[in-house]
Amino acid sequence: MSSRDDILGRVRAGLQRNASNATIARDEMLAALTNCSQGPKPGIDAEPKALLERFRLKSELQSSTVDIVAHESDAPAAVARYLAAMNLPKSAVAQPALAALDWAGAGLTVEARGARDADLVGITGCFCAVAETGTLMMCSSPDTPAAVSLLPETHVAIVRASRILPYMEDAWALARKELGTLPRAVNFISGPSRTGDIEQTIVLGAHGPYRVHLVIVAD
Amino acid sequence: MEIKSMHFKANASAKLADVVLQRNLKSSKGKFVAKRAEAIKDLDDFEGTRDAAAAIRNKVIDNLDLWLERFERKALDTGAKVLWAKDGAEVCRLVVEIARKHGVTKVTKSKSMLSEEAGLNHALEAAGIQPVETDLGEYILQVDNNEPPSHIIAPAVHKSLDDVADLFHKVHGTPRKTDIPALTREAREVLRGHFLSAGMGLSGGNFLVAETGSVALVTNEGNGRMVTTIPKVHVVITGIEKVIPTLEDLSTLMRLLPRSATGQSISNYFSILTGVKKPEEHDGPEHLYFVLVDSGRADVVGGDFHEMLRCIRCGACMNHCPVYQTIGGHAYGWVYPGPMGSVLTPLYAGIENAIDLPHAATLCNQCGVVCPVKIPLPDLLRKLREKQTERGLRPLTERIGLRLWAWVAQQPRLYALGASVGARYLKWLAGDTDRIRLLPTAPEWSLGRDFPAPQGKTFRELYAARQTRTKEST
Repeated sequence: MSSRDDILGRVRAGLQRNASNATIARDEMLAALTNCSQGPKPGIDAEPKALLERFRLKSELQSSTVDIVAHESDAPAAVARYLAAMNLPKSAVAQPALAALDWAGAGLTVEARGARDADLVGITGCFCAVAETGTLMMCSSPDTPAAVSLLPETHVAIVRASRILPYMEDAWALARKELGTLPRAVNFISGPSRTGDIEQTIVLGAHGPYRVHLVIVAD
Repeated sequence: MEIKSMHFKANASAKLADVVLQRNLKSSKGKFVAKRAEAIKDLDDFEGTRDAAAAIRNKVIDNLDLWLERFERKALDTGAKVLWAKDGAEVCRLVVEIARKHGVTKVTKSKSMLSEEAGLNHALEAAGIQPVETDLGEYILQVDNNEPPSHIIAPAVHKSLDDVADLFHKVHGTPRKTDIPALTREAREVLRGHFLSAGMGLSGGNFLVAETGSVALVTNEGNGRMVTTIPKVHVVITGIEKVIPTLEDLSTLMRLLPRSATGQSISNYFSILTGVKKPEEHDGPEHLYFVLVDSGRADVVGGDFHEMLRCIRCGACMNHCPVYQTIGGHAYGWVYPGPMGSVLTPLYAGIENAIDLPHAATLCNQCGVVCPVKIPLPDLLRKLREKQTERGLRPLTERIGLRLWAWVAQQPRLYALGASVGARYLKWLAGDTDRIRLLPTAPEWSLGRDFPAPQGKTFRELYAARQTRTKEST
């Protein structure tokens, strides 16, 4: 007997599985998968300005820094400002999805591609953001490779205010609507990577970025 | 992992006498407790969320066969392969086979308690494949002569800054650093090279999503993302009980898991991985394997300890346990310490191999109160004690003693005589004070504490006096 059959056989024996209770259970399973019912959620003011404010506050609590600009075309200058203020290099890797922005115009040398180990700054967009916890939702694709938000020591993310949603549940609904199926990797990111493994002291920059800067586009 | 739980009493005594460990335990004590208490405040309906989380887990484990089949079908649809392992030996065999098939000589690992159960690192090394632990805590332990973890969330919580400073100085051959960020940076630089050169990444799985055939990983350091993004092969090793129905259920459970574990409202990274890299993508594994592991779980389904399968491995029970806080995780002698370990170890490694663990609890129910999926841990510990008695596993003196007591308790006169003599004897031992320093009948018990002396009259004397008064007044 295969291990699969042996394991499932013992599970079925434990549950006293038979044809009639299997039919009922299968119907319940299909109902659960169709209904996608939600659990209790903390109350959040879903008015756009309040959402933006909550997202900003929660992001800062996660040790991200936040800047707000009026239009997407202002984003490269905001990124350049941040890099200069932090004394960081003016060259960066950006997800191909952001290739069309005028990076050179802001004085930055930006290559739109997947990330390499030597890249010090990674610039990404995000699929949407979650106000409840101050979290970015990143969906991988050829235009949005996952490693750009992971390998570089600095991660700068451009977030459209209109894509800030109250809850993670809303993000799933949006993904089902716009993408149909889940991409290979959905990464929810809440601030720089960190560890507390030595004496429970939180240190930023464990294996991923040391710092995360968010440029929110208000339009 | 070799089980040492049968030596619990000796191990616990040694840990109590270990000055360095006691100092480290004292300095970490209460940190997780305080952070969790603060973090649950921003959930308006914490109890309702716990109920919902327990219901989600019950939904799956009550029909685990169907949910496993459903998850398997969806995972296969995404291009993943699904393998099943009955025990640790089969886990090791399957993982070594996968590594050989893809010509892998180095494996980077994100934390997986199941790989600890299986003793996977040892098996990989024996097969000439280098396993590299990448969670900072697990890495510290691996380079310290493969020391086992003492906590499921913070594996090296028993080590102090000084311990790690000495260790890194010795292992890396670098100047000794005593600054935590500098030590973290040193580990980052060593491990970055491994992330980039490993042929295979290995992770556990916090949840398996039946709706999408995905694995969900909860991490803070980013090592979980590294091992699932860079190597061309990703192997997920996870228990068969980890399935949940939908993405919405994932969100509900995520409101509780990081809060209960480390007191965070969400972990830094929360990754939901589905299928393999598409040809035009820049990163991601080309091959994804799920190894679904039984190792004792299937036999728990539908039995007296069924509810234990709800566990989401947050570690809150051990963080709040007075016994764990006093002796640390190693004394428990296997992979899982604290109250959840005292239930899981007998179930997965044999009730006869862990006789003392169900007794290593005061049954104060701190663990039950904080469990995010409402597992009645003290009830399960009590049930395990009952099983030991049923199977005649308790020591002979205890069995004879209990029989004798049961017989005496059924003879009211004899019992009354015994109680009255006993109370007088205890009062005599206490002398002029209200406490007894040394109990001659149980010297071990009074070794670290005093026994309070009985005060005033016995219950029976009071009762008899009251009966007399009632009669007089009528």
